[in-house]
Amino acid sequence: MKTAAILSTLLLMLAAACGEQPEPVAEDAGADSTAALSGEISVVGSTTVQPLAEVLGEAFEALNPDVTIIVSGGGSSVGVKSAGDGSAQIGMASRHIKSSEFEEFPGIVVHTIANDGIAIVAEPGVTVDALTMDQCRDIFSGAVTNWNQVGGPDMPIIVVSREEGSGTRGAFEELVLGEEALMAESAILQPSNGAVRTTCSTTPGAVAYLSFGYLDPSVKTISVDGAEPTPENVANGSYPVSRPLNMITNGEPEGVIAAWLSFITSEDGQAIVVAEGYLPIN
Amino acid sequence: MKNRVENTMKTVLMISALSSVAIVFLIGFFTLKESIPAFQGIGPLNMLTEKVWRPGQEAYGILAMIAGSGLVTLGSVLIGVPLALGCAVFLAEVAPRWMAGIVRPSVELLAGIPSVVYGLFGMVVLVPLVRGIEVAGNTGFGLLSASVVLAVMILPTIASVAESSLRSVPRSYYNGSLALGATRWETIWRVNIPAARSGILSAVVLGLGRALGETIAMIMVIGNSVIMPKALTGNPLSVFLSRARTLTGNIAVEISYATGVHESALFATGVVLFILIMIVNTSARGLLKASLEGGRRR
Repeated sequence: MKTAAILSTLLLMLAAACGEQPEPVAEDAGADSTAALSGEISVVGSTTVQPLAEVLGEAFEALNPDVTIIVSGGGSSVGVKSAGDGSAQIGMASRHIKSSEFEEFPGIVVHTIANDGIAIVAEPGVTVDALTMDQCRDIFSGAVTNWNQVGGPDMPIIVVSREEGSGTRGAFEELVLGEEALMAESAILQPSNGAVRTTCSTTPGAVAYLSFGYLDPSVKTISVDGAEPTPENVANGSYPVSRPLNMITNGEPEGVIAAWLSFITSEDGQAIVVAEGYLPIN
Repeated sequence: MKNRVENTMKTVLMISALSSVAIVFLIGFFTLKESIPAFQGIGPLNMLTEKVWRPGQEAYGILAMIAGSGLVTLGSVLIGVPLALGCAVFLAEVAPRWMAGIVRPSVELLAGIPSVVYGLFGMVVLVPLVRGIEVAGNTGFGLLSASVVLAVMILPTIASVAESSLRSVPRSYYNGSLALGATRWETIWRVNIPAARSGILSAVVLGLGRALGETIAMIMVIGNSVIMPKALTGNPLSVFLSRARTLTGNIAVEISYATGVHESALFATGVVLFILIMIVNTSARGLLKASLEGGRRR
């Protein structure tokens, strides 16, 4: 009898613990948004924007010692969702916001803080140096499967890609594959930029896409429509594959949040953006 | 006083035992609850029989992943079970004491290596080796590399359980068989292994469960493409050179970016995995029971 009582209490406690979980989160979010002046900003989302946001946050904290900025990852989709449902004050996304996301969260406001290029890279043994945008689309959609179809040697093309939902992949699909083409289903998928780079650099005939911040000599870059993937070429518009890095707020930002966002778009903030290897807004 | 201590201890022990039941139940309940939107929106049958998984296009078929998980588990069993059983028989029946003293700790050490280290090893050593097999479309990433990594990972589990079940066979069987004129090998093959069969079977099933659930090492070597694995040449074995994705890998690779139905579909993948492992465990129980009864009839 006693055993049963203790057991049921335990089960109830467990159940209660599970059931209550969402509530404290909601309370926190509510408290945070009303207490924006207390100087704590939570930032959640894209792992591409995360390192940049951390540096920008530290710089702002140094100027305003009472402000604390907490940056965490999760991905672009999580960033939009967190900003929209109020679980974070600022969301980060390394791609354009989808119309479905604007429908779900009509209140969100997008602030572009930097631009980032996406380079087409290949294993160093690949002899092809230049591709057109159409050839890129055909390669990544699987319509072209051998380097000899794009002026290279007879060597199968191995496409390496990020997984579904990644902001880098989302931006790449939007910019290169367009509306109709889909990523080749035989592509090797790796769950991070680093793993994509390692796989691409070691697999003969591999081709992949990487954020400019992840480029290093282990992979070779390929020019698109005659333009090398450099910050200058993105700035002058000749390199076509670039995307905005966005911060998202639910409604127009106020107080500390507005102050931080305007710091980021100021000259000082944009100098940090450039120093971190990203491209300034205009 | 004494009675009270007895009763308290009984309750404490019972709570610890039942808490694992509660945890299994709660995890199952939570996973199922989170997967309901996917099952409702997509339909369980659609999900299980559809080959295309493209969350961006609202396609959520997990058949390719079921095939991937199944094939990689099969591959690891084909490679790992003979190796593990050989190891177990050697340790239990053949090895001199000093040698067993070296081999056994080494096998146990294998079980202690974190799976991400296996994955790393697979990625930098096995994948380039497998890439050396000259077949069009072979990149090294795929079922073969994954099966080999997994075979090594399940080896210690199978070897140690099988060894202890071989050791638990009464010595009199062995002596009796030798006394009847059988050789040592005949005795091991015809007497000891059949007598330990139920333990060996449960060892294999334990390994099977581990193989189905392995995640991170698989992600690193299997390529993660959502395709139905198919033979690359006329030889059906070349299916193992094909890339694939496992059910576990599907969840781990995509969960950090998933929202809405996509997220729910990943939980549904978890439910399918849960059910598969339950089927494996239940059939193991059935097999065990059958073999025990068969043993008695003899």
